[in-house]
Amino acid sequence: MTTVPDTPQGSFRLSMLIYDTRYRSMTIQIIALIGFLLLVGWLINNTLYNLATLGKPIDFGFLSEPAGYDINQRLIEYNSQSSHWRASVVGLLNTLLVAVLGCITATVIGVVVGVLRLSPNWLVARIMTVYVEIFRNVPVLLWIVFTMAILIETLPAPSAFRGDDPASTLKLFDSMAFTNRGFYIPEPLFTRGLGDISVGGAFNISLNLIAFLVVFVGSLLIARRVSRKADAVQEQTGLRPRTWPQRLAIIILPSTALLIALGFYLGLPELKGFNFGGGIYMRNSLIALWLALSLYTAAFIAEIVRAGILAISKGQTEAAAALGIKPRRVMSLVILPQALRVIIPPLISQYLNLTKNSSLAIAVGYMDLTGTLMGITLNQTGRELETVLMGMLVYLTISLIISVVMNWYNESVKLRER
Amino acid sequence: MSDTHAETVAFVRDTMLEQKSPPVTLIGPIGWARANLFSGPFNTIVSVISVLFVAWVLSLILPWVFSPTWNALSLSECREIVGGGHGGACWGVIRERWLQLVFGFYPQELYWRPILTFVLLLAALAPVLFTGVPKKMLWLSAAFPFLGAWLLWGGTVWMPLAAAFGFVLGFLVIRYASALTGPLIGLILGVAAALLWWAFLAVPVANDLGRLIPLGLESVTSREFGGFMLSITIGVTAIGVSLPLGIVLALGRQSDLFIVKSLCVGFIEFIRGVPLITLLFVASTLLNIFLPPGTTFDIILRVMIMVTLFAAAYMAEVVRGGLAALPKGQYEAADALGLDYWKAQRLIIMPQALKISIPGIVSTFIGVFKDTTLVSIIGLLDPLGLSNAIRADSAWNGIVWEIYGFIALMFFVFCFSMSRYSMFLERKLQTGHH
Repeated sequence: MTTVPDTPQGSFRLSMLIYDTRYRSMTIQIIALIGFLLLVGWLINNTLYNLATLGKPIDFGFLSEPAGYDINQRLIEYNSQSSHWRASVVGLLNTLLVAVLGCITATVIGVVVGVLRLSPNWLVARIMTVYVEIFRNVPVLLWIVFTMAILIETLPAPSAFRGDDPASTLKLFDSMAFTNRGFYIPEPLFTRGLGDISVGGAFNISLNLIAFLVVFVGSLLIARRVSRKADAVQEQTGLRPRTWPQRLAIIILPSTALLIALGFYLGLPELKGFNFGGGIYMRNSLIALWLALSLYTAAFIAEIVRAGILAISKGQTEAAAALGIKPRRVMSLVILPQALRVIIPPLISQYLNLTKNSSLAIAVGYMDLTGTLMGITLNQTGRELETVLMGMLVYLTISLIISVVMNWYNESVKLRER
Repeated sequence: MSDTHAETVAFVRDTMLEQKSPPVTLIGPIGWARANLFSGPFNTIVSVISVLFVAWVLSLILPWVFSPTWNALSLSECREIVGGGHGGACWGVIRERWLQLVFGFYPQELYWRPILTFVLLLAALAPVLFTGVPKKMLWLSAAFPFLGAWLLWGGTVWMPLAAAFGFVLGFLVIRYASALTGPLIGLILGVAAALLWWAFLAVPVANDLGRLIPLGLESVTSREFGGFMLSITIGVTAIGVSLPLGIVLALGRQSDLFIVKSLCVGFIEFIRGVPLITLLFVASTLLNIFLPPGTTFDIILRVMIMVTLFAAAYMAEVVRGGLAALPKGQYEAADALGLDYWKAQRLIIMPQALKISIPGIVSTFIGVFKDTTLVSIIGLLDPLGLSNAIRADSAWNGIVWEIYGFIALMFFVFCFSMSRYSMFLERKLQTGHH
């Protein structure tokens, strides 16, 4: 007589892959992974096949070919004989330029508007609410083309500045010209300048600027040490020595001395022929994009700032008053530092949004990365895959860098509990 | 006795005094103005400056807005009416072109279709948005995606029916297979059945049925779509699909399954890291490279897919915020009740998490709707794209503010009402005690 032994308890059966929670998660994950890999493989396979049929294998060689188009707003040397690669770098720098300018102005406007929305003055609060609602509820692309239209339609042409009795004049002590082609602003020039330094033969950096920045940052650091020393004295004696004249002098005097030594003067825009010469020329497209992005993003930042301030409990204000802090300093000493912790994370994502929205530059003809690499270069070379993927990668990198930097800052202002 | 004593006091009041009204300067409009506008010298100055500012802005805008040019037929006629310069708006362009701004180049005799779709959209939204509406209308909401697509694009009625049948098939398979094989296998079978139906059977079956019983509407190509109709079509699709997709992505990102989690994180961070315009470039130039040779599908559909994916990544982050804000005790309580993962999500976690994230969800909706204007950059004729066409017309060459103003106003109305609705919803769902 033979007996068939039962399957021993605890041994593995195939159905356990589904019914046993120990293995089920593994099963689901492996199915998901296989599905994902199949999808990716299918897409890559299609892509390779299609590219082979079109006779366009993936090739980045086009980057070194001459671009053959002009870029009118640029930060580094560029001409139509430069390579597509250089055109892309010019575009990237333009993107970064408008993003940095936009972030700064949007923050300033946003903080002011956000604080004013909480103003006890009803009228001021209402005006700010109207501003925020109007800008938040209308697409940013519309604001960009609208601002561009305002600049083109309402400002005088350069010819209006000509003649003995011109229709328009230079503004701000004859230093700036606002025309419908763009703004001309004074340019810093040096009679005894240090010249430029070439970085790897690719582009030049002004030594004057570097020298100025070194001196300025150095004096800021020294001023901070003076302030630290005053803190130490205050800790010990309870009395704070007056340091602001000293600090002001430390910050201002060395920079001024350097500027005088270099022979600093402002190159003003002047009418030459039919257009202006001299000064820095900021094109309409840059101004329109910068203004529209700043005002649009500022409306969102204002809401963030307002929410951040409202998140601080009233007890903090009262406690500050009880400690005898002057009402006008409560905001800067007590409320804002705490509100900052609430404000920073959403603020980061607004900066990211602004940077990404700067890709709408293409609507007003500002040559940013989208306009050069993913615009004209794409059309001229017909390399859709390479250019669009490169563009996406660059934006992804910028986004990740901003996130990392801002998260690091966020970490440093975080509340430290025990 | 008391009589004699009473005479020692000159006067005793035995009734209460009438209550006096507060001073005029503290109540009513005057009191309000003193409290809110003129509470100090600084505030007074600020108020005066604000009044002047508002008056200045209005003096610029109002005469421009109220200009009698409604019937003008060209910009030069407008200029004659207002007397040259930029003194008044030229509203004739809106009167002449508003149909185009709303419907694009949709055939004029078929305007009833988008209008009916819009009305049906409102009817389909009503049971979702408001509680006082009969629940039976949810059937209309379920049918609307297919009905609306059919009405807008026309063509044979069997195509939307075949697409809808995929869902019915999947549901039936899940229901009956689950009873036989258990829920997980049933789910896999159901999804597989639906996918197979859509991939291989739906189109031939619909075509055959269309030949047998030719029932349909005149078809309209996507090139004829435009104006606010296009914006609303793309926006509503992206909004409707991105919410469930975003919830799934958020759950994936929060899950313990490492591979699922990394896939979701990778997708979300990639989409959030690139501008929408690059995704639209992918839709317009690259998608046909990624798909099998010979696949051509509609540019509007491609754009819709991209905008939906874009919106879903943002939605996932919003929902994740809601999930993270939920106290851990809620998850533990659901476990303690013996609910499995999906029941716990459906009955305990999601209702609360979604309630917390309403403001974020609605602002994502608003953002998506505004972002539909970007399709003008890849050549679709949304209102902004049409504005260029109108400005190129010789009769209206040189017109700027009226069209932009009209488009801005329409967007403002849509977006502002969405944000007001979210406030209403927040108040309605407010269950805390404050």
